[in-house]
Amino acid sequence: MQSIITMDYGSGGVRTAQLIDEILLPAFGNATLNDLGDGAVLPDLGGQPVFSTDSFVVTPWKFPGGDIGKLAVCGTVNDLCMAGGKPLYLSLSLILEEGLPMDDLRTVVDSIARTAREAGVQIVTGDTKVVERGSADGLYINTAGIGVLRAPGLGRRALRPGDAVLVSGSVGCHGAAVLMARGDLPVEGDLRSDCRPLHELSAAALAAGEVHILRDPTRGGVATTLNEFVEGSGLCIDLEEEAIPVDEPVAAACDLLGLDPLYAACEGRMLAVVAPGDAEAVLGALRALPGGEGACRIGTVGTGRPGKVVLHTALGGSRILGKLTGAQLPRIC
Amino acid sequence: MPCEDSWLKAFRNPAGAARLVQDIRRRTQDRAPVRIMEICGTHTMAIAKAGLRSLLAPGVELISGPGCPVCVTPAGDIDAALELSARPGVTLATYGDLLRVPGSLRGDTLLRRRAEGADVRTVYSAADAVDLARTNPDREVVFLGVGFETTAPGTAACVLDAAGDGLDNFSVFCLLKRTEPALRALLNAPDCGVDALLCPGHVAAITGADAFAFLPREYGLPAVVGGFEAGDVLYAVWRMVCMVCDGTPALENEYVRLVTAGGNAAARAAVDRVFQPADSLWRGLGEIPDSGLVLRPAYARYDAAARYGLARGAGTEPPGCRCGQVIRGLLHPEECPLFGRLCRPEDPVGPCMVSGEGACAAAWKYRSADV
Repeated sequence: MQSIITMDYGSGGVRTAQLIDEILLPAFGNATLNDLGDGAVLPDLGGQPVFSTDSFVVTPWKFPGGDIGKLAVCGTVNDLCMAGGKPLYLSLSLILEEGLPMDDLRTVVDSIARTAREAGVQIVTGDTKVVERGSADGLYINTAGIGVLRAPGLGRRALRPGDAVLVSGSVGCHGAAVLMARGDLPVEGDLRSDCRPLHELSAAALAAGEVHILRDPTRGGVATTLNEFVEGSGLCIDLEEEAIPVDEPVAAACDLLGLDPLYAACEGRMLAVVAPGDAEAVLGALRALPGGEGACRIGTVGTGRPGKVVLHTALGGSRILGKLTGAQLPRIC
Repeated sequence: MPCEDSWLKAFRNPAGAARLVQDIRRRTQDRAPVRIMEICGTHTMAIAKAGLRSLLAPGVELISGPGCPVCVTPAGDIDAALELSARPGVTLATYGDLLRVPGSLRGDTLLRRRAEGADVRTVYSAADAVDLARTNPDREVVFLGVGFETTAPGTAACVLDAAGDGLDNFSVFCLLKRTEPALRALLNAPDCGVDALLCPGHVAAITGADAFAFLPREYGLPAVVGGFEAGDVLYAVWRMVCMVCDGTPALENEYVRLVTAGGNAAARAAVDRVFQPADSLWRGLGEIPDSGLVLRPAYARYDAAARYGLARGAGTEPPGCRCGQVIRGLLHPEECPLFGRLCRPEDPVGPCMVSGEGACAAAWKYRSADV
């Protein structure tokens, strides 16, 4: 193996085979993948399939609490979980930039393998392409995933007035951690991404009570995701500003940059809207699991301001919490 | 991160907030509304975020003044920056706020120019722009120096840094503005009906609180230098209401954890070494004597306007845009016919809707649930 990725590794020839045999198969190897067919032939799922895909272009590829590999598994696994599925199989497509250090690729591949094991999914098919230097930012990853439906009927249409809005932990950690890793924050500190697979937390929530919708608030953050729950409907969400958990380092970092943690991405948090009588049971189940210790109730579904998310502020005011517009940008003074 | 964040909470949601609100209401119930203008975009955002405007109405009317540096930059200067971004070999380094501000032509922004191939980089400080010049010796790096007294020292420091290193691929398109001349122009206008001024804590950290003593002394207006948490603003408003109702105008400094009477002399010395005051054009306010900063002759080689022969001027205001009146506090954002209809953050007509510190952006982003 060479010390960097060259165009040869994407040729489909000897070098490509070497990449597969020496780096990918040792990390992911399983009966289905080892066949190296053009596609994976999967066993009967025993239920309705759930299917999702996601692409990953995060920069820098490594950040406190994760990397692009971990993110690539969590992203698709979590989408399947939020759709009410139990994730089973992933495809993995790597787009590598010429010149990428082979050690960086090994690190990412190890991270993918570790996270997939943790989330209980197998990587059963994949693809590798190499593009000229300057055509990509190190590496891009696409994963697609298949799971089996465990909880049918989740979605906006299931929401009812009075439902409790829960979050599985503090918000905005991933967005703030990536900003810090970019060197965009003039501080160093204990900011770690919340990136993690949500298979256990989502399963626990579904087992503990009547869940109406599950979503992971990724791009656009909690504010944007909650807006998507109610926009165009006759329902609103009343949020209590004081109840929304924001870690101090995240709050401070966002303050410095003029960002709002409610719009910062999470990659391992879950929003759950549940029947009012089941809120405590679901919270109890979440809090018993790693990554769910900080679960809490942040609001209630109502009808007062149809289609809107209303934030009730600490000082007694209230305001509309809109969707994210454009990208969050820093202020200048 | 520093652990003092927990005490920040005390400023965010102080225990006495309800009592302050009650007292403000009691003092203002039998009189015309007390009109308080804030002249810092960060205050504008803080007030909107905490929902203070609706909380204190109708006894107190909080008005946004010319506190957003991006908003007061005339369209002509944005046009010049856009034109500069199109020059071959030029890398434009800018604070994020300017990326979405349209010039004379709707939709023509640095963000758009970047998508079309211009080399426009977002930086968080002027020092980052100098680093860009160092690491890209084959590029001509131009920093868009926007802001008031708060960002002027950082801009001055980076010019001194570049000069010390003899960097010749770095320059500044200097759009810096000075607070006091603009405030005087605003207050001297016959249509200005302001009762008190919430003075900008960040600016005062540099200038010193005393720089605002002219407000009570010459204009008979109460003035409080305030911090940026909801509790800071609430307390400052309460003090101004007291002074207005009692007829005892004075300058007070609420932001004592950061602002001293004398300010930061070293920062001012750096600014003074690099820049000198000059007449400057403001959106909404027009040309104001000595209200801008330009590079002194000794540092003229770092002046992008001269180096690239940039045409400066008022430019063309977008049709129907009332940003000029919003900046002067004559119009609340919601009173503009375009607000929320033709003009929204995702497709702004004027700068006040797009800058992170613009009055319209604040009013839209944090629109009250009661409206």
